[in-house]
Amino acid sequence: MSALEQLLGGFATALTLQNLGWSLLGVSLGTFIGILPGIGPALTIALLLPITGYLDPTAAFIMFGGLYYGAMYGSSTTSILLNTPGESGSIITAIEGNLMARSGRGAPALATAAIGSFVAGTIGTLLLTFCAPLVVKLAIAFGPAEYFALMILAFTTASAMLGSHIYKGLTALAIGIAMGLIGIDELTGQARLAFGYPQLLDGVDLVVVAVGLFAVGEAMHVASRRDLREVTVETVKGSLWMSREDWRRSWKPWLRGTALGFPFGALPAGGTEIPTFLSYFFEKKLSKRPREFGTGAIEGVAGPEAANNSAVAGVLVPLLSLGLPTSATAAILLVAFQQYGLQPGPQLFEASGPLVWTLIASLFIGNAMLLVLNLPLVGVWVKLLSIPQPLLYGGILVFSTLGVYSVNRSAFDLGLLFITGFIGYLMRRFEFPVAPCIIGLILGPLAEQNLRRALSISQGDWSVFVTHPIALILFILAATMLVLPVLWRPKVN
Amino acid sequence: MKKRNFLLTLTAAFAGATMLAIPALAMDNLTIIAPAKPGGGWDQTARSIAEVMQGAGLAKAVTVENVAGAGGTVGLAQFADKNKGDGSALLVNGLVMVGAVLTNQSPVSLADTTPIARLTGEYEVIVVPAASPLKTLGDLAAAMKTDIGKVSVGGGSAGGTDHILAGLVAQAAGADATKLNYVPFSGGGEALAAILGGHVTAGISGYGEWEGQIKSGELRALGISSGAKVEGVDIPTLKEQGIEVELANWRSVVAAPGISDDQKKALLDAVDAMHKSDAWKKVLADKKWLDLYMAGDDFGTFLKAENDRVTATLKTIGLVQ
Repeated sequence: MSALEQLLGGFATALTLQNLGWSLLGVSLGTFIGILPGIGPALTIALLLPITGYLDPTAAFIMFGGLYYGAMYGSSTTSILLNTPGESGSIITAIEGNLMARSGRGAPALATAAIGSFVAGTIGTLLLTFCAPLVVKLAIAFGPAEYFALMILAFTTASAMLGSHIYKGLTALAIGIAMGLIGIDELTGQARLAFGYPQLLDGVDLVVVAVGLFAVGEAMHVASRRDLREVTVETVKGSLWMSREDWRRSWKPWLRGTALGFPFGALPAGGTEIPTFLSYFFEKKLSKRPREFGTGAIEGVAGPEAANNSAVAGVLVPLLSLGLPTSATAAILLVAFQQYGLQPGPQLFEASGPLVWTLIASLFIGNAMLLVLNLPLVGVWVKLLSIPQPLLYGGILVFSTLGVYSVNRSAFDLGLLFITGFIGYLMRRFEFPVAPCIIGLILGPLAEQNLRRALSISQGDWSVFVTHPIALILFILAATMLVLPVLWRPKVN
Repeated sequence: MKKRNFLLTLTAAFAGATMLAIPALAMDNLTIIAPAKPGGGWDQTARSIAEVMQGAGLAKAVTVENVAGAGGTVGLAQFADKNKGDGSALLVNGLVMVGAVLTNQSPVSLADTTPIARLTGEYEVIVVPAASPLKTLGDLAAAMKTDIGKVSVGGGSAGGTDHILAGLVAQAAGADATKLNYVPFSGGGEALAAILGGHVTAGISGYGEWEGQIKSGELRALGISSGAKVEGVDIPTLKEQGIEVELANWRSVVAAPGISDDQKKALLDAVDAMHKSDAWKKVLADKKWLDLYMAGDDFGTFLKAENDRVTATLKTIGLVQ
């Protein structure tokens, strides 16, 4: 039977009223946890694992799949409106998205995020259906040397976020890399920069730092700058819907973001964050109005939002076809499969074909549900912005604090949140960009570990980085990305 | 954590409804601390104990608490401090924690707790990719003996079970274990990808994690770390092939320091009754956990011996001074 026929069979099962109900429950729950900073899909599915004892596998996986997709939708909402990313994949969205929201264009920003997520999720799921074997080959072709090259390539994207003062941007990047060093060194098991706090041994939580730098830092900055008794109301300017111009500027970033996100999701060390950096970089470089970046460019929302959703579809490829989990959520999903005595891998498609195809079909359905669920809500969400600023920022503080505390119920995490918040405030006060911090925090440890792994395998021989063709190509690309903009500057209108 | 509390209340209510009489030895409340995030082995162990104990009426209410971090040493330190003298709390732990205490230089060790029982475990497998020229464990041992640096071994975090086994095997093979080329990966997924892609020579992990790839033939299992052949697993043991190493990634429960003999006995009785129940046997079968039950003083002696062995191995491979 061809993939298409099996997929149609999957749709027949997924479209029963009961299974539609599980899908709706999954996407709604996913959207909700996506909004809450701290609580992510991995934790939620882990807490829901006991239900595998009561539900049949089809229903459970339909719900889990919807939940995973939904979390990516939900986190963009708070990223854009409140500058508070709910998941790490939406951190980059906050940069342009929040600027758009503040200049009264919150509704088009939310709409392009929702439609972009839909487009990316649908194309990603199509790729999952038809290109899985190819992507699996790519996933295992990447070893430590290739990953190191990939991280260097990703580092060059930071150049798009350094801001007008290069040295300030580089300082922010260095702060991020330093934060990434905190904790037990993966390769030797020794603690670094933990200062005797056992809570720091696992490193600092990315979402806690992101919420601290973005949301708490912003709230402190606003409080320090403005007389809060002067109540200002941000009005929603223009249409609630995307204009023709917005559509014209969004569709290409959606497609490019999708193309970037999917392979990254399939890579064991890829994740949803790195493709959002790359997408932001490309959109800024390709834009006819690069100056608009930093004031709220719609391309900077459309691209990264598509990238993170398509990465989620990419994660499912090695999970289903190899039993290879490439994200924390995928690792929990693997546990769920094992609870049912199912072993993801080549045999899964043969042994439990109907289950897999129903899951894939339900992802298409869940994606459509998310769009229907999210678009009408845009009008409701943007009303948040008409809350007077003192109340809004007070609310953001309460919301971030609750979200971060709920994960581990740890007072230490709260301390960390407010310390990074204060660093975020100082950076804003002295006009340092905060985005490079996040890039350093994510890429720094990955680059270091893979460099050292590659050199350990080669016994200290650096030539592995040029003798491995994929690594060499990635290094050449990275060099081109750094040099090209200097040599060839497009005319800026 | 509303959701979790809701689920717990639900299971509690469920268990309460199906229970007709509470046996005389039932405890009132029991807190089980899983020193890891939800979803992993320790968390699943804690939740299974809670379910079985409550279902069998061995305790009226069982709560599971997750205190994650640093190979479980964050949870261990908190447990030894906060629950001192508390006879109604158990901490789930295992071989990984023994190693983590040493590598993290944790001020609190398992010697500061009251051993209750070893419950379950899993054996480790040594694998190579299907295309590898190494066909048997003997080939791998010979390669290690010739030039151990060239044999890169991928597995989980530094100082964990996989790393310890790599060190033990290198020593038993007569190779220089101080030069072991172990490449730690975060999470089973990354290590698996590196082995499938042929980026490392061999890999080590718990059998369950790679069972699918071994059965489908993508990975070739060279040996399993059990003492005797495991039922239903067609892999020769390390010992059968002349490598005198036996290692189980065991999981156990310990009680707080400073509890009275009566409190200790009540916990031992409850755990023993749980282990004998059919519900626990079903859990072991469902999750494919091996029954490695060993209780009380025997377990205490085992814990000391295991601590000595891990310390010696970690010193050899240079992770602990």
